[in-house]
Formats: sequence, C-alpha cells, structure tokens
Amino acid sequence: MRENKTKSVQTTTAEQSRSGDRTPSPAELAWEKNTVQPVLKMNPERRKEFTTISGHPIRRLYTEADLAGFDAERDLGFPGEPPYTRGIHSTMHRGRLWTMRQFAGFGSAEDTNKRFRYLLAQGQTGLSTAFDLPTLMGYDADHGLAEGEVGKCGVSISSLADMETLFDQIPLAGVTTSMTINSPAAVIWAMYLAVAEKQGADWKTISGTLQNDILKEYIAQKEYIYPPEPSMRLVIDTIEFGAKHTPKFNPVSISGYHIREAGSTAIQELAFTLRDGMEYVEWAMRRGMDVDDFAPQLSFFFNAHNDFFEEIAKYRAARRIWHKAMTERYKAKNPRSWAMRFHTQTAGCSLTAQQPYNNVVRTAIQALAAVMGGTQSLHTNSLDEAWALPTEFAATIALRTQQIIAHETGVTNTVDPLGGSYFVEALTSEVERGAWEYINKIDAIGGMVAAIDRNYPQREIAEASYRYQVEVDKKEKIIVGVNDYVVEEQQLEVLQIDETVAHQQAERLKKLRAERSPEEVTRRLGALRKAAEGKDNLMPFLYEAVKVYATLGEICEAMRDVFGTHEEVAIT
Amino acid sequence: MPEKKIRVLIAKPGLDGHDRGAKVIARALRDAGMEVIYTGLRQTPEMIASAAVQEDVDVIGLSILSGAHNTICPQLMKLLREKGMDDVTVLVGGIIPGADVPALKEAGIAEIFLPGTSTMDIVEFIQKRMSHN
Repeated sequence: MRENKTKSVQTTTAEQSRSGDRTPSPAELAWEKNTVQPVLKMNPERRKEFTTISGHPIRRLYTEADLAGFDAERDLGFPGEPPYTRGIHSTMHRGRLWTMRQFAGFGSAEDTNKRFRYLLAQGQTGLSTAFDLPTLMGYDADHGLAEGEVGKCGVSISSLADMETLFDQIPLAGVTTSMTINSPAAVIWAMYLAVAEKQGADWKTISGTLQNDILKEYIAQKEYIYPPEPSMRLVIDTIEFGAKHTPKFNPVSISGYHIREAGSTAIQELAFTLRDGMEYVEWAMRRGMDVDDFAPQLSFFFNAHNDFFEEIAKYRAARRIWHKAMTERYKAKNPRSWAMRFHTQTAGCSLTAQQPYNNVVRTAIQALAAVMGGTQSLHTNSLDEAWALPTEFAATIALRTQQIIAHETGVTNTVDPLGGSYFVEALTSEVERGAWEYINKIDAIGGMVAAIDRNYPQREIAEASYRYQVEVDKKEKIIVGVNDYVVEEQQLEVLQIDETVAHQQAERLKKLRAERSPEEVTRRLGALRKAAEGKDNLMPFLYEAVKVYATLGEICEAMRDVFGTHEEVAIT
Repeated sequence: MPEKKIRVLIAKPGLDGHDRGAKVIARALRDAGMEVIYTGLRQTPEMIASAAVQEDVDVIGLSILSGAHNTICPQLMKLLREKGMDDVTVLVGGIIPGADVPALKEAGIAEIFLPGTSTMDIVEFIQKRMSHN
C-alpha cells in the first residue's frame, strides 16, 4: 500500500460556522411571522421541500443570516487574486471572451477535417476532437472488436497518416486543439506532436489540451485499457514530458463532466474531480517533480447542468478549493499553480430525445451558468445530440448560442455578476463544504486510486443516479416533454454514419502496412515494450513509434503485453 | 402457488462504457422483484448468448448508445437461435434512430425503449409479456 503523506485539509472557519444554526435578525423574524405565515396559511407552497437537481435543499429566502462567519475579503477576494472565487482573471470576459470550442468528430479524418474547417470559418476559436470508440479503446479500425463502431461516436484515427489528414490545412501553430482521449492519450498526443513538427510548428508555442484523465474513466466513463498503476504512470509521463517540451500545452484535463453524466450530484462531481486532480499532483510530486513545474499546466473540465445557481456555486467553490489545496496541501509558490482554469460543456444527459428543439433552450441556460461562473472555454451541445452526432445545422445553432451570450446578453460586462448575492455565496460555501467532506473521506481511504479500487466513488454515483431516476419516474422532478407536456411527434433528421467509413479505414490500413518499413516498426515497438518494462518516460518511445507509422492498435497492444488490462467488478 | 421470479440478463455490448442506463435498469428490475444478472462492460454477442444460456434467462436487455445496434443485434439474435434460445425476449434500450427500428424488430427484438422511458414502463412491459407466456 502506498502511504498517504498529505494530511487532510481542514475546512475554513467560514464553513465551520456556516454549518451551525442560522440566527435570523429581528427584522427577518418579524417578516417570517407577519408576512410569510399568513400567506402560507392561505396558499401553501407548491411543495414541502425545494431542492436543487442534485437534491440539495434550498431555503425560501437567503439573508445575511446565511452569511454568518463569511468574510468577504478572505472567502471572496477580488478577481484575479486568491482565493479566486470571483474568477482567475482581473477583467475576466471584459478582457477576453472564453474560447468557443465545439467538440467535433465523426466518420473519417477527411470528414472531420471538413467540419473543423467549417467551424473555424463560422467564428469558432478553438478545436476540440472527438474520437470514435475503437480509437478511444486503442484498437485499429480493422480490429474485430471495432466492428460496427468505426467513425460512429467520433473520428477514426488508427495511425499518424490519419492524424495528418485530420489537421490538413489547419496550421497547428495558430490554433488551440483539445483532444478528448484518455487511455491511449499519450499515443495520440505523440501523433499530434509529430504533425506539428511536420508542419514546422514550434513545440514551445503550440497550445491545446489533452483530456488524458484516466481516474474518471475508472470512476465514470469506463474507457480504460490498463490497470490503474501503469495508467497513472502514462499520465505522469505526459505531465513530465509536457513540462519540459510543451509549456503551453495542458497535458491533462481533469474532468468532472463524465462523472456528472454518469449520474452524480454537483457536489460529487466537484469533489471527485478535485480529488482526482490532487491524486495527479501527488503522483507527479512522488516522481520528483516540483509542484510549480507542472501545476500551471493542469486544467479542469466541468459539466453545466440545468440547475442554474447550483452550477455557478460549483464553479466558484471549485476555484476556492483548488487554491486552498495548492497553497496549503502542496505548498505551491507560483500563483499560476493556484488558479484553476476550466473548460465547460453543457450537460449531454440533460438533452431530451423528445421535442429536441427544447434542447436549444436548455443548452442556452446551461451555457449562461458556465459563463457567469467564469469559464475559460465552452462547448454548447447541439439540439439533436440525444439522437446522434450533430448535423451541421444543429452544430451551428449551438455555436450561435455562445455568440449570443457573448455579444447580446450583457452578462460579460462585469466580473462575477452574482458575487455578493446572499444565496449564491451561501450555496458556494455549502457546495464547498460538501466537497471537502468527500475529499476528506477519500483521503482517509488512502487516496483516489485506493478509493476506486474499493468502488467508493462508483457506488456513490450509482446511488445518486438511481435516486434521480426514481424522482423522475415519480414525477417529483419534471422534465419537459419527457414526463410532462408530452406530445406525439415526428422523428428528427439526424446524421447517419454508415459502414463505408469502416471499409475505407480498413483499406487505408492495409495500404499503410504495405508501404511502411516493417523493420523500423518492429524495432520501435520492441524498444517501447522494453521501456514499458522499465521506468523510463515512455513519451519519446511513443513518439518514435508513431513516426514510423506503427498503428495505434499495435502500440496499445505492445503496452497491453507489458501492463495487462483492467477489468472492473461491476456494481449495480 | 409461488410464482417463479422472472430472470433478466442486462448486457452492455460493444466498446462503449456509458453504463448509467444499464445500471439504473438493472436496479429498477430488481426492485420490481426480478432476478437480474448484469454482464458488465464490453460483451461480444457470443459472450451475451452464452451467459443467457448459462443463466437460463427469460429476458435479455441490451443497452446500446454507440450506434452499433445494427451490427450487434442481428448477430446476437442469430446466436440465440443457434443455441435454441428462440423463446427469450430481447429488449434494447438506448439511442436508436426511428429509421432503424423496423429492421431491429424484423431481426427479432421484442421492443425498443428510447431515452426518457420510465423504468416503470419497462417493468410493466416485461411483466405483461411474461404473464402471456
């Protein structure tokens, strides 16, 4: 067992005092007695208890009584200054809007390259790549297990040749690229770096984000290949390599998005994600790295669900917790290590297959929460994504939604517009306190890898997800068009991906295998295997292997030989 | 006469790991008094058919969100026929475009449950179907 060297962090005095009883002012008590009670006698409220979508109880009214122990200077501060509750930049969206980064990928590398160039032409400011399931699981497009899945949920990438096509006519020196891939992230990143080199882009200046967050795969999304220990080694290898060679690239995007999609509450999303972040920090420090050498490159990724204020509170609490962890727990000295930067995506699981045009409205409200919560970049889902990957028409509306928020609503005119609201400040502190309770519990188990091993976060999420489903089934929670306001409707026109892509990819792989040097491939894969058995950083070996066109499947297989594979004990 | 419990195999075929739906359904059917076996992730049609035989189930529930249903479902139905499991009721839950529904039903899928379906409707469907057999 690994020793857990870090002590659990105590909650702040503000949170401690907030957990006690509230003491309303005489004026509030008089209002309650003289104004509220007579109304309640005549007109009872619509329900006994009001809760957020996560089941968190919400009071009728928030007043200064809810901010007892709250110290604005300490708990709120100013934008761009610790504890960053109000945002990580002093001018926030007045200075620079968030990056509008729409996740895209389907079919072949050519198909997605075309969509990328279309989105850039429409004013999108960053790229975000979705890979198909065989790619995410480290199989080539012609592998038996890839049957029926090639190009369906994202773009199919089996080798550097596909990656070259994907970024054809897109200068990597001038665009930031996010890549949503986890188990094989190091391999795909090696391919990206090889394309950058071929284009003549300087590794020191290219920027983007690799998702590369394996912990949330074991917790929620389940796209893992190797057991946790070697998987963590691969992540730390990329962090170490990135700190040295690609200072503008985020090697990990620590993701709560998928945890939330798996059915967690907002507090669970926040707690598990931040504890995952702490786990990466601790493993990197154990590797011998100084926290300030890599922490500024860590980035986060959160969900934006329907409950407007709970989401805003979540983002604000996230920054406060991270600042506390970085300064107190890891003694980081560089302010850039303290400030949590994050990407947001609106909640895929909130989209309804029924009356899909309503999803435009849901997405707009969720996006507004992300913006008012101080996000650095944003993906807005398309109205048809409960059915399929988006059509160009649907993807354009999703991007326009962000542009409308940015340029028409006025919410970007001031920093942290909800700061100081009794409700938002109280909720921010409550969400923070709930997250620390989980973090302390996971510390007590011995860290996140140990907690995953015991199915702790998995079980907490499954419970929350079932609880929510029961509420929806009983109509305690209303979903418009699903369990109320239901109408008969016509099927929407959706994007169809047929098996042509799979055949094309198989042909392309056959040609690639015939044209490359088999000796070079064998030699590089042998070197990789040997390095995997030892302790060296694997990035240089992966880079050499992809450059001689060893395929993703071959490379992942070589590591499977050494690392073995992970099987979970499923809980239901 | 004590009623025999309905036996259900919940399976997650294909490479996709999004198991929220499969787990919720497994638990809802169990809460409704059924015997539920969950296969876990990444099951091939062969593995699912073998598990169905071994566990002697009345119902198989497949959770598919990835778009691979047109490949997976006919393969599974063929294997079940070969193993003499023609009488097992196969249900699909997940993201299935309307255009694909007729072919899946043709292949022998008894019912397709789309996103937003209440777990109570699924329980009711299974109970009704089993009482007719």
